Amino acid sequence: MTMTQTTAPATGSPSPAPPALEKDGRTSERSLAIRLLARPEVGVFLGAAAVYVFFLVAAPPVRDGSSMANILYQSSTIGIMALPVALLMIGGEFDLSAGVAVVTSALTASMLSYQLTVNVWVGVLVALLVSLGIGFFNGWLVVRTGLPSFLITLGSFLILQGVNLAVTKLVTGNVATDDISDMDGFSQAQKVFASSFDVGGVQVKITVVWWLVFAAVATWVLLRTKYGNWTFAVGGNKDSARAVGVPVTFSKISLFMLVGFGAWFIGMHQLFSFNTVQSGEGVGQELIYISAAVIGGCLLTGGAGSAIGPVFGAFMFGMVQQGIVYAGWNPDWFKAFLGVMLLGAVLINLWVQRTATRR
Amino acid sequence: MDRSSHSRSRRYVPVVAAMAAATLFAAGCSSSSGGKKADETGNDVSAGKATTPRMTVALITHAAPGDTFWDIVRKGAEAAAAKDNVKLVYSSDPNAGNQANLVQNAIDQKVDGIALTLAKPDALKSVVAKAGQAGIPVVGFNSGVSDWTKVGMLEFFGQDEEVAGEAFGKKLNEVGAKHTACVIQEQGNIGLTQRCAGLKKTFSGKTDILYVNGTDMPSVKSTITAKLQQDSSIDFVATLAAPIALTATQAISESGSKAKLATFDLNKDAVAAIKSGKIQWAIDQQPYLQGYLSVDSLWLYKTNGNYSGGGSQAVLTGPAIVDKTNIDKVAAFAAKGTR
Repeated sequence: MTMTQTTAPATGSPSPAPPALEKDGRTSERSLAIRLLARPEVGVFLGAAAVYVFFLVAAPPVRDGSSMANILYQSSTIGIMALPVALLMIGGEFDLSAGVAVVTSALTASMLSYQLTVNVWVGVLVALLVSLGIGFFNGWLVVRTGLPSFLITLGSFLILQGVNLAVTKLVTGNVATDDISDMDGFSQAQKVFASSFDVGGVQVKITVVWWLVFAAVATWVLLRTKYGNWTFAVGGNKDSARAVGVPVTFSKISLFMLVGFGAWFIGMHQLFSFNTVQSGEGVGQELIYISAAVIGGCLLTGGAGSAIGPVFGAFMFGMVQQGIVYAGWNPDWFKAFLGVMLLGAVLINLWVQRTATRR
Repeated sequence: MDRSSHSRSRRYVPVVAAMAAATLFAAGCSSSSGGKKADETGNDVSAGKATTPRMTVALITHAAPGDTFWDIVRKGAEAAAAKDNVKLVYSSDPNAGNQANLVQNAIDQKVDGIALTLAKPDALKSVVAKAGQAGIPVVGFNSGVSDWTKVGMLEFFGQDEEVAGEAFGKKLNEVGAKHTACVIQEQGNIGLTQRCAGLKKTFSGKTDILYVNGTDMPSVKSTITAKLQQDSSIDFVATLAAPIALTATQAISESGSKAKLATFDLNKDAVAAIKSGKIQWAIDQQPYLQGYLSVDSLWLYKTNGNYSGGGSQAVLTGPAIVDKTNIDKVAAFAAKGTR
């Protein structure tokens, strides 16, 4: 099985196999270890740790606190969306419109505040309604028609992409929104969505805190509440869930609306940290969110997963993406490195789980 | 039972939303600074209207939708179309095969002229030839300055990307930069690669290429931050598009780097940043002019048989350098989104 690792560096020149795995001596306490390893989030935790250790060795700047803050920032902007996307996936559906929905939300808040010259909080609230509405629309249509969510959300992905562009052009006359940084409420909203604070001389972005808070809440909801049970149940088997009294319609629609909430949050972060929004952005991001959830142990078929797994999945993405830059490798290979590292991490994850469940 | 409670709650949603909005307005939520009220609305460029017969021109680019640069190109083309009594059909697709299909589509519509970006000459060669056989004049703009004569275009408006890069590199030497990072926001784009190559050619210091994901601004910001943290000897960042430049200014200040920044291409926020000194200069290729001249030249060709450059020389629209010394002249136009 170790072969899977040695294939990893074949394309990229300087990357040796991540060393963390060999060092781990858990096999002595077998029963507990195996129970632990069989959990999906432990595999991805080890993968993330391996990537982390690898870059600590390969890229000296990573050891610096401010570099870690930057990596965590990148991870948090993926991670905040990966969380609801993962919950939705546990509930047996997924959402291709998640990437452009972020931009829709940011555009709504920005244009509404600017065009009506109102306090930006008005725009922020309306954007929340719009985002939740998009989630509701997706969920309602999936439940009502019984069509695969792939198809429905592909449709809404395209609709949103077109609407983002056309409405922005119609309203502002340009394809980007106007700068709202001098408007009332902006600095307040910036504090909530896009500020940073000092930890031992290192500037940490507030999104990192939100990310961990959301992950903790999601974990609690999944493991300790009725709603969490419903989520697992509708993702496992919708019909038997319905038979035992789980409100399937409510669960699914609310999960889609949760993705809407995430899109709103990240959309607001983008708006308040960059002041304007280009209407063509966000395309392709949905795949990164979904990947982070899948790497984090959420099955594409639904019914299994956790909220803490995607945290490590998103961290792995952020770590690899920025680690390559910190390592100063030839950037022509950038995408290839990214792919190799992610595949390698997923294979470690898979190997850990197989080893654990076989014994 | 389940359903009825749903529809009831759904009926309340718009009512509650409207009430919330009304309350917010009533509570005096209007912003006292900024916003639309603060900005004057300018008139578009207009120069009368020709009385020549109505003609149709297809403008086909390789633009990804929603990019501020291409929006300016389109505005230039629309201004010329309005003046020349031209019906403008605009379309774009970043995929070269799809762009070729759009050209074929224009030929099938029997348009009177086609203006085309030639980002991938090989893919468009045969369809340009087909337009020629159908008797439709084709002009090139923006991309393909080295290939437009080979594929049989009538004339070309644009800048030589490599020359623009060279101008950038020379300017870097003037300000005494030692080590620059050239930020490419779309890996594999020929024009962008040529800009960095030109820069590297004339710049006497060290040049690093950095790829960022242009559709995700947080990721652009952290990648540039990472690069500046990784190599503290970088004293200059070169971006290839205005929105990327604006994000890079944040990355520079947050990474604690002393690096300066300049960019290719403009938009209105970049103009403000040049004014305030956050961006040192922009190499402007005047996208408005490219769009305008492309349409106007097809009208001239049809009405009077003229063609610029005599079919062998490209008409250059750049590189024009915009910096603090001449930014005021540009600012008013950029605010309207036309420069």
